[in-house]
Amino acid sequence: MVKKGIERLYLGLIMLFLYAPILTLIVFSFNDSKSRAKWGGFTLKWYKNMLNDPMISKSLYYTLLIALLASVIATIIGTLAAIGIHVMKKKTKSVILNVTYLPVLNADIVTGIAFMLFFVAIGLKLGFTSMLIAHITFNIPYVILSILPKLSSLNKYTYEAALDLGAYPMQAIWKVIIPEIMPNIITGFLLAFTLSLDDFVISYFTTGGGVTNLSITIYTMTRRGIKPEINAVSTVLFLSILILLLIINKRTDRNTKKLGGINI
Amino acid sequence: MKKIVLLLTVLIFVFTGCANNAGNDPNKPLAGTTIYVYNWGDYIAEDTIELFTKETGIKVIYETFDSNETMYAKYKSGAVNYDVMIPSDYMIEKLIAEDELLPLNFDNIPNYKYIDSTFKNLPYDPDNTYSVPYFWGTLGILYNTKMVDEEVDSWDILWDSKYKGKIIMMDSVRDSFAVALKRLGYSLNSADKAQVDEAVASLIEQGPLVQAYVMDQVKDKMIGEEGALAVIYSGEAVYTSEYNENLAYAVPKEGTNFFVDAMVIPKTSKNKEAAEAFINFMNDPQIAFNNTNYVGYSTPHTEAKAMLDEEIRNNPAAYPPQEIVDKCEVFVDLGPEMTAYYNDKWNELKASLR
Amino acid sequence: MNRKWLATPYLIWMVVFIVVPLVMIFYYAFTVKDANGTRFALDHLMKSFDSKYMVALGKSFLYAFIATVICLILAYPLALILVKRNKGGAAMLFIFILPMWMNFLLRTYAWLSLLETNNGLLNTVLRALHLPVLDIIGTPKAIVLGMVYNFLPFMVLPIYNALAKIDNSIMEAAYDLGANDFKRLLKVTIPLSMPGVMSGITMVFMPAVTSFVIPNLLGSGKVNLIGNIIEQQFLLTYDWGFGAALSIILMIIILISMAIMQRSDEDMEGGAGLW
Repeated sequence: MVKKGIERLYLGLIMLFLYAPILTLIVFSFNDSKSRAKWGGFTLKWYKNMLNDPMISKSLYYTLLIALLASVIATIIGTLAAIGIHVMKKKTKSVILNVTYLPVLNADIVTGIAFMLFFVAIGLKLGFTSMLIAHITFNIPYVILSILPKLSSLNKYTYEAALDLGAYPMQAIWKVIIPEIMPNIITGFLLAFTLSLDDFVISYFTTGGGVTNLSITIYTMTRRGIKPEINAVSTVLFLSILILLLIINKRTDRNTKKLGGINI
Repeated sequence: MKKIVLLLTVLIFVFTGCANNAGNDPNKPLAGTTIYVYNWGDYIAEDTIELFTKETGIKVIYETFDSNETMYAKYKSGAVNYDVMIPSDYMIEKLIAEDELLPLNFDNIPNYKYIDSTFKNLPYDPDNTYSVPYFWGTLGILYNTKMVDEEVDSWDILWDSKYKGKIIMMDSVRDSFAVALKRLGYSLNSADKAQVDEAVASLIEQGPLVQAYVMDQVKDKMIGEEGALAVIYSGEAVYTSEYNENLAYAVPKEGTNFFVDAMVIPKTSKNKEAAEAFINFMNDPQIAFNNTNYVGYSTPHTEAKAMLDEEIRNNPAAYPPQEIVDKCEVFVDLGPEMTAYYNDKWNELKASLR
Repeated sequence: MNRKWLATPYLIWMVVFIVVPLVMIFYYAFTVKDANGTRFALDHLMKSFDSKYMVALGKSFLYAFIATVICLILAYPLALILVKRNKGGAAMLFIFILPMWMNFLLRTYAWLSLLETNNGLLNTVLRALHLPVLDIIGTPKAIVLGMVYNFLPFMVLPIYNALAKIDNSIMEAAYDLGANDFKRLLKVTIPLSMPGVMSGITMVFMPAVTSFVIPNLLGSGKVNLIGNIIEQQFLLTYDWGFGAALSIILMIIILISMAIMQRSDEDMEGGAGLW
């Protein structure tokens, strides 16, 4: 009994730690004062303003679009890559993995500038495409990182059994391996999406032509002070995703019971 | 997975809501062209761009940056063909020296006549060939009158151990060195290594008294009374006094930096005339007023200034008297060698803190 | 069909978008442009060994290391609890990942509102309760806290995944063979979760070392870490060669430390598989 109590307490404390800043931000989105140091009363004006601000709606649009596209594409490429890399010889595997983790290792700014130099060298005008390519590139390692460990702990023989039973390799992969690693694929996708959503430095150096994302907009406000509308936008974004995930989770629970317990 | 994709796509469209707003006015000569404008973040009134497109039919793709250096890096990469950029004085000088700017055709910018002559013929663009001033200000000391009951008239006060832990400096190489150099009686554009070394030594000495080296955080920290004294731009000082009436601004007697952000046209521009139309529009009295009113920084535009509230016009923080302006220096570009030296010394300073 | 060909699209992508830009970094790091043109030189590399840069590098590794350890200590029990509670759904897990969908810069600013000495919420409460005030903004403690806060979910997720997949029958077998809870944890659970732990460490330590926003905001600009210095080289000094050289030194040190860590996971069946 005590154990359960301690567990709950622990969970609660961690949650408090993680959510304290979020709650603070949400509260400030109602602050009738431009400064976070002063409480000016309750207001909804930032929410009204944010809908009228073209800069903010444009940033939001691109943020979501790029994050979605980049994470989906990265997940597809990354999943195939992980499956392929898993069966490679140790030496090849090692080399490829080391190169893969380089975007993770490098300071964002180095990756960002390297991309910028590269795009300019090949004559690609900075804009949506260049930003998308950059996002996909830094997302893929995280997808691979999420899937590879799981592949190691799979039962090797299920795949071979499927082949023996007459399945084509692609069929076997699709029906045997993918379902088993699906939780990791989803984890990888979520990680990629989160990273893209929040990225600033790499996006800054790889975009142009009016394509901007929320992070860039926020950071460029730092000399002048962050507009409270940003708090409102972030709150709305946050709550929408929360609701979205709760809905998805409800449906997954239903599916889980149907498919007999695939965890996410 | 499919469901996630579907729902998220729905979200995107819900949030977009911004239909394409083409300013359809075919009788305007430059209508249909597009220009790329690159400016500081949150440095323009919210409806200015829209009004411009409505009046001229010229579409604007607007990007923002957070520092001159980031702007420069992006510009130099050649990745985007900017038509109008709004950098600061020393950066303009650097761009002129590197032959990056186009001379302006003032026939297309008749509103230039409204610019106060104090802001013409400045060192970074002595013949007014390449730039039109946008906003200006000074670097000074913001202090809390409750916590500081003596007169604030010298940079020395920032070295006073009485205020240990309550002093806020600026996280910017040029600005912090300017404070140290001016205090020692040197030029804030000093290219003399011995002088720079002395300035850095004084900053290292000041180290234990400093609460923080920050940029925009200074405002909230002073409003929240975390600090007693801070180095700040005049435009920001004006903002803070709205939120905390105990705050006051002073320009020290040793003199300080006087900065100007101005509009220029880089050579990558594909639509020089449209760019000039934009610059002209920004100097329309009503528009210039809208901008200074929203942003809060001081305007060099005589008409716009006349339209301001008397309280702001006569606020010595925003519009200091001529004697003070005379004591101020504009930043000049130090050249690569000195810039590297300043930055090395800055790292030395940072390494010594705490 | 050999499965390894599945990786081909990725390999092409990797060469074009990872290797080539990397080559450009090496190019900048090892060449010097002067009056005589561009030539191969080690100048930038040599400059990196100056004490002020090495100190910054050292501090970055130290704080990142401490933050990673704290993340590990906090995340492991958390993952264990979550796995026990939720064999059927992952709402709980999502709740712990969700904060990351709020913009990172804003969340860091929020910590300022919470922790500032005079005006911060936490200290206002502490003062009201006559408890000692927490004066950590502007110190390394605040930076480590910022790192832990920002990277904790990256540690929880892979460990959770690894633990969730441990076959129950293995646990039962251990029990049958006489192991008590603690022994089971030590000898069965932890070793089996190692791949997840390795992934977690990778995803936390490396970005933590190069962060520059956290030191700027929570360290009040007084703590200069290697991320700040590299950023400066590209944006302030325009000494791209030096910035590139610093980045390469950073990369090599990290690769070596990862290699050392990998030695403990000998058969490389687990995991991230660096070296």
